[in-house]
Amino acid sequence: MQHRPVKLACRGVWKIYGPDPARLLAGGARPDLATIRASHHVGAVRDATLDVGEGEIFVIMGLSGSGKSTLVRCLSRLVEPTAGEILFDGRDLLKASRAEMIAIRRHKMGMVFQHFALLPHLTVLENVAFPLEVQGVARPTREARAREVIALVGLEGREGHYPRQLSGGQQQRVGIARSLAVEPELWFLDEPFSALDPLIRREMQDEFLRVQRLLKKTIVFITHDFDEAIRLADRIAIMKDGALIQIATPEELVLSPADDYVADFTRHVARAKVVTLGRIMTPGPAAEVAGALPAHARVEAVADRIEGSPLPHAVIDEAGRVIGHVGARAVIDVLIGRRIG
Amino acid sequence: MRAGEGIAGAVPRAGLRGSGAWQRGAWLWGGIVAASLALAAWVGPVPVPKALTPDMAGWVSAALRWLVERADLGLFSFKELTRAIAAVIEWPYSLVRAALVDGWVEGRGSRARTILQPLSWIAVIAIVAAMGAYARSWRLGAFVGACFLYLAVFGRWESAMVTLASILIAVPIGVAGGLGLSIAAWLWPRFERALAPILDLMQTVPIFAYLVPILFLFGFGPVAALIATVIYAMPPMVRVTTLALKSVPPELGEFATMAGCTTAQRIRKVLLPAALPDLMVGVNQVIMLSLNMVIIASMIGAGGLGFDVLNALRRLDIGAGIEAGLAITALAIALDRLSQAYAARTADVPMSAGASGGWPRRHPWLSTVALVILGTALMGLVLPPVASYPAEAVITTKAFWGDLVKAINIRYFDDLEAIKTAFLTFVMLPVKRFLLALPWPWVLAVAAFAGWRLGGAPLAATGAALGAFVLATGLWEQAMTTVYLCGVAVVIAAFIGIPLGILAAANDTAGRVIGGIIDTLQTLPSFVYLIPVVMLFRVGDFAALIAVVLFALAPAVRYTAHGLRSVPPEMIEAGIVCGCTPRQVLTRIRLPLALPEILLGLNQTIMLALSMLVITALVGTRDLGQEVYIALTRADTGAGVIAGLGVAAIAIIADRLIAAGAAHARARLGLQRGTP
Repeated sequence: MQHRPVKLACRGVWKIYGPDPARLLAGGARPDLATIRASHHVGAVRDATLDVGEGEIFVIMGLSGSGKSTLVRCLSRLVEPTAGEILFDGRDLLKASRAEMIAIRRHKMGMVFQHFALLPHLTVLENVAFPLEVQGVARPTREARAREVIALVGLEGREGHYPRQLSGGQQQRVGIARSLAVEPELWFLDEPFSALDPLIRREMQDEFLRVQRLLKKTIVFITHDFDEAIRLADRIAIMKDGALIQIATPEELVLSPADDYVADFTRHVARAKVVTLGRIMTPGPAAEVAGALPAHARVEAVADRIEGSPLPHAVIDEAGRVIGHVGARAVIDVLIGRRIG
Repeated sequence: MRAGEGIAGAVPRAGLRGSGAWQRGAWLWGGIVAASLALAAWVGPVPVPKALTPDMAGWVSAALRWLVERADLGLFSFKELTRAIAAVIEWPYSLVRAALVDGWVEGRGSRARTILQPLSWIAVIAIVAAMGAYARSWRLGAFVGACFLYLAVFGRWESAMVTLASILIAVPIGVAGGLGLSIAAWLWPRFERALAPILDLMQTVPIFAYLVPILFLFGFGPVAALIATVIYAMPPMVRVTTLALKSVPPELGEFATMAGCTTAQRIRKVLLPAALPDLMVGVNQVIMLSLNMVIIASMIGAGGLGFDVLNALRRLDIGAGIEAGLAITALAIALDRLSQAYAARTADVPMSAGASGGWPRRHPWLSTVALVILGTALMGLVLPPVASYPAEAVITTKAFWGDLVKAINIRYFDDLEAIKTAFLTFVMLPVKRFLLALPWPWVLAVAAFAGWRLGGAPLAATGAALGAFVLATGLWEQAMTTVYLCGVAVVIAAFIGIPLGILAAANDTAGRVIGGIIDTLQTLPSFVYLIPVVMLFRVGDFAALIAVVLFALAPAVRYTAHGLRSVPPEMIEAGIVCGCTPRQVLTRIRLPLALPEILLGLNQTIMLALSMLVITALVGTRDLGQEVYIALTRADTGAGVIAGLGVAAIAIIADRLIAAGAAHARARLGLQRGTP
């Protein structure tokens, strides 16, 4: 994952609400939570630093009030950070003028909202074409493009409907289509599936992964649902009280949580869903193997195969080189929850 | 688990702490009332020293005179500005008036020749009926058409069209101005902060007080009346729009930003369309307030139905008054239902995608109406009855109403007189004597103390300052008379309105019936209330009181019902599970929890009572309203403005005190504010 070029980075970003936020941070000070609270301020985002790689699904996870929504709004500059840098393709967004921001948002960013934020007076087609309309794209062109994305999210035939005639899941499909209409490079999703029923949510997650496999956008995805995070994420950032506690792959989070808070989240996660073969293999080749499996395969997906074979399997990296081997014992350790590594 | 604890805990706690505070409060205020009675009995009124009553009226008059005669705004003088405004309004008004009433005329005097007739009554009825059918249903169309037909059949057509012409001009200006102001407030928070107190003041200054300076600046005539109407009807539009823009979900605003909207695109393409259903509610209010004001503005030359009523009241011609009043009622109800239907329509059905075909086919309503207009115009050339409703077919009910009222008065004279006398002797006069006997320093002290108890030092300062202003107007006696009439009226309105509200909340059928009656009462312009009252009780305080009670009843009923209905169902369930009888559920749970809402209803009742009180000056009260009215008839700007501000000061004191009390009660109960 580390080899991806950085698309979006944020460096020491703060967002403090209250009577005089600037004073708290004057001279590069880094007040702790108690100091901020004692001065009647609220530290919605505290000293956030993170890199999002190109084509990566970066999930920010936290409970309500942890500051995740404020952080994503700082990244898109919907909320003006109190201090810090937001680097988009290496350029500081916070230094961009109003007109430059409008241009960047029109062409390079898309956002999906928790409560869909569809315009009630426009049809599905008009809603999806709206971002192109404000750019001044001619009607035939924008409607053709809108129809393409509507088809991409599977809503053909509903172009003439109004939002309130659609179910929640369908409304969010419109929201997704609309955010993709301008072919953004950076895609923000703010708890896009939280307002949906559990079954629909699952279906939408699959749909989201399918779309992402086609489009390979750089994604910042906000959620309060840890299961959703580990299903979708390349990497997860865990937030608490406005600060980023740990940024890691789902596997690292589960196997080596940074503190008790993170451990609390990961305790009930079935490890087989996150642990990869690369993590549990014995380095070096085995004398005799039953077959080869990729290092990034998750244990859950290949457990049957490994456990059903008397011989170990070779583990290969992305280039096809054998880097280790794994046997039934290691898989069973994961499945029954014995300590690993 | 936690939620359960909260609910179970909230009910007894609200009750317990409430009763403790009540008890202490009751002792305190009981003591104050006792002290007041003692002071009134043994000390009596204290004369207001001359030094405390500067000639504010003179200052205002002089300032306005300076504005009109001298003021120079750089490129042009103030007078030129008022003339320009008048011209801008006059031009479309004369156009609409020509279309509805006068027709286009060439030449003057005896050589006048009509070039084009005004719209035929049939065409107007067809237009409004088509609008009703388009907005909701054929039933509404028929209803609205029938209301307008009533105007023609009962010979009120021309007056009604004059009134309608004023509304057709005032409403678009009021709506556009309101939209503009609230968009500016949305863009610049500083502007909003400056605007808020002005709007507050505008809503509490009585209607007549608007008329006086406008009369001075713009002269007597329909244009002055239109300007007064616009000024009066605009504030609610500003409020509704500001609220509507703020209640657009924040995500939609964020979406607009993320889509790269410019500020103009954001307002035009996202915020206003998303707020449209709420904005239509504001439009409905502007229409109803404009109607109310156009009727009253007949005093400064608006003409139309209001003038008919005014004329009838002056001559005590009961029959004509009732007829004109009914015509206003018909017009008001028709306009209200029509605009409400349009508001509901924008909320339900966004504009349907255009059908294909030629223009007539795509716009079936417009083309039909155009056809009717053209047809009636052509037929009107040959058949006069088509052009204007035939005079011989007019039904007049004047004699009927006159006889009916005479009969009632002869038959029940003794009873009515007995009620009136008893009420005056045992309720109104004692209260009046008591209030007038209070020494003014004590009244100011009580106002400040009430402010301090309910809202701390700032509210105490407000109470004292506004009280001092009333004193400084030199109209202390009139002000206390206003307080007395308003107080008695509000107490009566509360005694009638709160039980009606309880009834409406308890029983669905009763709720619908009461709601329907209250809604209709509220659509009626305030002028109309005077007519039946004067018929039965002639002029004087008692007649005024009845009119005020009728006019101010609605919010007491409505807020009580809404407050009771919006008590969370879990609370009621918790009460039932605890074994409360239905009566206990009402008295122990619903009423205490609805108290803040009921207080707000009372607040509205007071505001309406004060605004009506000023109008009852026409039936001979002796309060501040009378001062304003006298100033209006004499065109004495300063006196009118100062007396009007006096009423506003009383209104603001009452409003702030009650709002603080309601906020107190809400905070104690941990409730959120909802709107009925």
